[in-house]
Amino acid sequence: MKHISIRIFALLSILLLSTDVYCQSSGGSSNYLIWSLVVVGFIILIGAIISLSDNLLNVEASKQGLDTAEGDYGVFPSLSNLFAGKVPAFASKATYHKLSKGFTINLLGEATEVDHGRSAQRFAISPKDFIEMSPIPKVEVEVGQEVKAGDVIFFDKKRPEIKYVSPVSGEVIEINRAEKRSIDTIVILADKEVSYTQHEVPSINESSREDLVSYLAASGGWTMINQRPFDIVPALSNLPTNIFISTFDSAPLAPNYEGLAADNKLAIQNAINTLNRLTEGKVYFGLDAKAENAANSVFTDFDNVEVHWFAGQHPYGNVGVQIHHIAPIANGTNVWTLNVNDLITLGHLMTSGEYRTERHVVLAGAGMESNAIVKTYQGAHIGDLTKGLVKEGSRVISGNVLTGKQVTEDNFLRFRDSQITAITEGDSYELFGWLLPLVPRPSLSRTFPAFLMPNFQFEGETNMHGEGRAFVVTGQYESVLPMDIYPQHLMKAIMAGDFEKMEGLGINELSEEDLALCEFVCTSKQPLQSILRDGLEMMREQL
Amino acid sequence: MALVDFIKRFEPDKKNKYAHTTYDAFFTFLFTPNTVTTGGVHMRDGMDLKRTMIHVVLAMQLCYVFGTYNIGHQHFVAAGQHLGFLEGFHLKLAHGLIQLLPIFIVTHVVGLGIEFIFAAKKGHAVEEGFLVSGALIPLIMPPDIPLWILGVSVAFAVIIGKEAFGGTGMNIWNIALLARVFVFFAYPTTIAGDEVWVSGFESLAPGAAADYGLAHDVFNSLFGWMDLATFNSAATVVDGYSGATPLGLAYNGGWSAVTEQFSVAQMFWGTIPGSIGETSKPLVIIGALILLATGIASWRIMLSMLIGAITMSMIMNAWGATPFMEVPWMYQFYMGSFFFAMAFMATDPVTAASTNTGKWIYGFLIGFIGMIVRVLNPAYPEGWMLAILFLNTFAPLIDHYVLESNIKKRLARA
Repeated sequence: MKHISIRIFALLSILLLSTDVYCQSSGGSSNYLIWSLVVVGFIILIGAIISLSDNLLNVEASKQGLDTAEGDYGVFPSLSNLFAGKVPAFASKATYHKLSKGFTINLLGEATEVDHGRSAQRFAISPKDFIEMSPIPKVEVEVGQEVKAGDVIFFDKKRPEIKYVSPVSGEVIEINRAEKRSIDTIVILADKEVSYTQHEVPSINESSREDLVSYLAASGGWTMINQRPFDIVPALSNLPTNIFISTFDSAPLAPNYEGLAADNKLAIQNAINTLNRLTEGKVYFGLDAKAENAANSVFTDFDNVEVHWFAGQHPYGNVGVQIHHIAPIANGTNVWTLNVNDLITLGHLMTSGEYRTERHVVLAGAGMESNAIVKTYQGAHIGDLTKGLVKEGSRVISGNVLTGKQVTEDNFLRFRDSQITAITEGDSYELFGWLLPLVPRPSLSRTFPAFLMPNFQFEGETNMHGEGRAFVVTGQYESVLPMDIYPQHLMKAIMAGDFEKMEGLGINELSEEDLALCEFVCTSKQPLQSILRDGLEMMREQL
Repeated sequence: MALVDFIKRFEPDKKNKYAHTTYDAFFTFLFTPNTVTTGGVHMRDGMDLKRTMIHVVLAMQLCYVFGTYNIGHQHFVAAGQHLGFLEGFHLKLAHGLIQLLPIFIVTHVVGLGIEFIFAAKKGHAVEEGFLVSGALIPLIMPPDIPLWILGVSVAFAVIIGKEAFGGTGMNIWNIALLARVFVFFAYPTTIAGDEVWVSGFESLAPGAAADYGLAHDVFNSLFGWMDLATFNSAATVVDGYSGATPLGLAYNGGWSAVTEQFSVAQMFWGTIPGSIGETSKPLVIIGALILLATGIASWRIMLSMLIGAITMSMIMNAWGATPFMEVPWMYQFYMGSFFFAMAFMATDPVTAASTNTGKWIYGFLIGFIGMIVRVLNPAYPEGWMLAILFLNTFAPLIDHYVLESNIKKRLARA
C-alpha cells in the first residue's frame, strides 16, 4: 500500500498540531493531561473509523474484480488523481501517461518540406553500427560485385545465422577498413531503380516460431530488432518478455513517422502480427498525445497491439522511458524494441518478401542553409544528401544533437538513423561567457532569462560552456528523467564497478539515449552516456 | 578576438605547474574556453559550476552590505554615540569596512592560496568551490575575530575538510561551517562570551576605551577635511551595555528578557549584535528567494528545515520546562541565524543529501535537531551549525536508505 505512510503521517500531524494549539490557547486549565488524552482517544477513534471504511471500500472493490493495487479505491483519493489534468478524449480508450519531468531543447531548423530533387547515389552498411559485432565480420561480397537489395553483405562469425543485408541494389564499390584491418564500411553505388531479392514469405500465423526466426535471420529482418538492455541485435535463442515500439521521436528536430507509416499500413500490421508470434508477452505502441493531430494518428489504426499515450517533454518519446511506465524491465529479463522505420522494413519482409528500407531523412538544424526532408534508403551517403547545404564552420551529426554521432560529409548515415543535424561549431572564446553570456543558449537553469520565453528557438552550438568538474549539483538529472531512477548514484556505482548496485539502481532499464538529456543539463559536464555504456558493457561481459 | 590573443601571450609554460594553474584559473575566469563537445551529446547546457557558484555569491551581497554597516552600528551603540540607525552613516560604514575587509582578505588569501597549491600539485584546474565558501566564511564570523584565528580556521577547513577528501564535490562537511566550528571549539577562551560580537573596543567592560588604529586615523583626516563627524578616540563603552545576543538573553530569561533589550523590529531588521552577515532576516530571505527563483538551492531542504524547526519549537512550547522553551514558536525565528543557515548552509548540494526524498528527511532533521541544540544546550548559543554538520555526517546514510528502497522496489519486479 503506497499511501499507508502518508496516512499515518497525516494522522500524526493532526494529533501533534491539535495538542499544540490546545496548550497555547488555554492557560488556566488544570486537567490538561486528561483533556489531551481525550483528544488523542478521539483522534484514534476517528482514525480507526476512516481506516475501516477505507479498507471496506477496498474489499468491495476487489470483490467486484477491480484492480486495487494502484490504490484508486478507498476514502483517500490518490494525489495524482486529484491534481491530474484531464485525459484527452482520444486517449480515453487506452492508457494515458502524463510525464511531468523532461526538458525541450527548442532548436531552429526544423525540416517540414520534402525535397524531391535530392537523393543519394552511394549507400553503405557498417559493422561498427552494431555494438555486439566482432571487428572483422565475414564479408560475402567483393568490390565490383552486383548486389540486389536484400542480398547478404556480411555476417558475424560468432553468429553466422544472422545476416546483414544490402539496403539497395547496385555495385559494391568500396570495402573500407579501419584500424587493425577491421571492416569500416561496405559502400554500394545504387542503381537508378532499386531491385529486390524476392524471399518466400512464411505464413505469419501458421509457421512455427522457429521458422519465423530463421526466415528473419536469413533475410535481414532480424537486424531490425534491438534488444534491451544493451542495445544489441538479439541472439536467435532470445525470448523477449514484451516488444515495444515508440511511434514518435521527441528529440530535438527529430523526424515525424506519421507520413511514412500512412504509406505502409499493411506492412506495419504484418510486422505487429509477426512480433506477436515472437514474444510471449504483448506488443506495445507508445503514442504522442502532444502531437498536433494526435486524435487522428495513423498509429491508432492497428490491431493486436496495446496502445499507450504519452504526454510530456523529451525524453517522453524514448522507448526506454515508455517501457519504464508500461512494463518495466526486470533484472535478468529482456525486451525488444523497434523504431518505426525498422518496423516497416520488417513488415515488408513479411508481406512481399522484399527488404525495403525507405527512409524519410530529415536534414535539420541551423547549420544548414535550408532544411528539408529527403526520401532515400538506409545508410545513405551524407554528402550526397546535404550537397551545398552545410554552412561553413558547422558540425554535421548523424542523428540528433543529443545522441548522434559526429560525421563528415564523406560518411554515411548510421544503420538506425534517419536524421542529419548540422549546428555551429562553438570553438570560440567568450569574454565572461559564464557570467554574462551574449549569445542565447538553451538551459534548464532559470539563471538565464530565456526560461521566460519557452518558445524561443535557439541556433545551438557545440561549445562545452564550461569545464569538467566532479559531481556537485544534485537533483538535476532526476528533474529531466521521467523514470524512478537515480542517475547520479548509478553513475557512481558504474565508476566504482559495483555490479549489484548497478543492477539495483536500474542500469538494465537505461540506454544512452535516455541519459542524453541528463548529460546535456549536467553542470559538471560529465560524459554520462559513455559512462553508462562502460557500465552496460561490464554487465554484458558478466553474462 | 584580439583580447584573447593578448592574454594568451602571457600564458606560462605548462611545465611550470604553479604558474600555469594560476594563469588557467584567471584565464577561465575571464573567458569561457573554446572546448567543444566530443562524443556524447553535441550541445551542452549553458550552466556550469562557475555560474552556479557566482549566483550563490550574488544572493548574499545584500547581507554583505548590511553586515558591513551593522558592524559600525553596533560599535557606536556600545559607545553610546550615533544611536539612530542612519546617524553617523559614514563613520559606521568606515568602521565596518575597516573590520570586514581584513577578514575578507585573510579568508581569501589563505583559502584560495591553499586551493591553488593543491590544484597545481594534483594537476587539475582550480575548482570553484571556494568561491562560495570564501564568501560565506566572513559572514558567519564574529566581527571582532582575531585574524590569525581566522586564518588557521580557514586553513583547517580547506585542507582537512576539503582537499584531504579530494577537492570540490568530494567533501563531507560544509567548508564554511567547518571553519566556524573550528574557531568555536579550538579557541573557546578567545571566542566565548559576548565580547566578540562588538568590535573596536579593548574590552566590553563599562568604561573600556575605543581601540582605533591607523585606518581610523586615515578616515578621520578624510572626514575632517570633508567637515563630517570623526571617530572620537575618547569614546568608551557606556554603562550597562552587555553586548549579549538575543539567544544568550533568551536562554537565561526567556522572551521577556530578550524584549527588554531588543525590540522585535530590531531583531527582524537585524540591527543587533551577531555574526557579520546573518542578523538581518529580510535580506537573508531575499537571498533565499533569489536562490529559489533561480533554482540553484533546493526548495525541499529549505521547506523541510522550516517545518522541522517549527515542529520542534511547538513541542518545546508544549513541554515548557525552561523560560527558553516557553518562547512562542514564531518568536524563535526572530532570534539567531535560522534563515541564514537555511538559505546558504543547509542547501550546499555537496554535503546535503543527494536524493529528493533524502533532502526532505535531511532538512527536517536539521530544523528539528538544531532547535534542540539552541534551546536545551547550555554551552552553544545557536544550534544550526552543529545540526548541519551533524546531518552532513549522516546525509550519506539517509541517501543509502533511500537508494536501498529504490533497489528493493526494482528487485521485487523480478
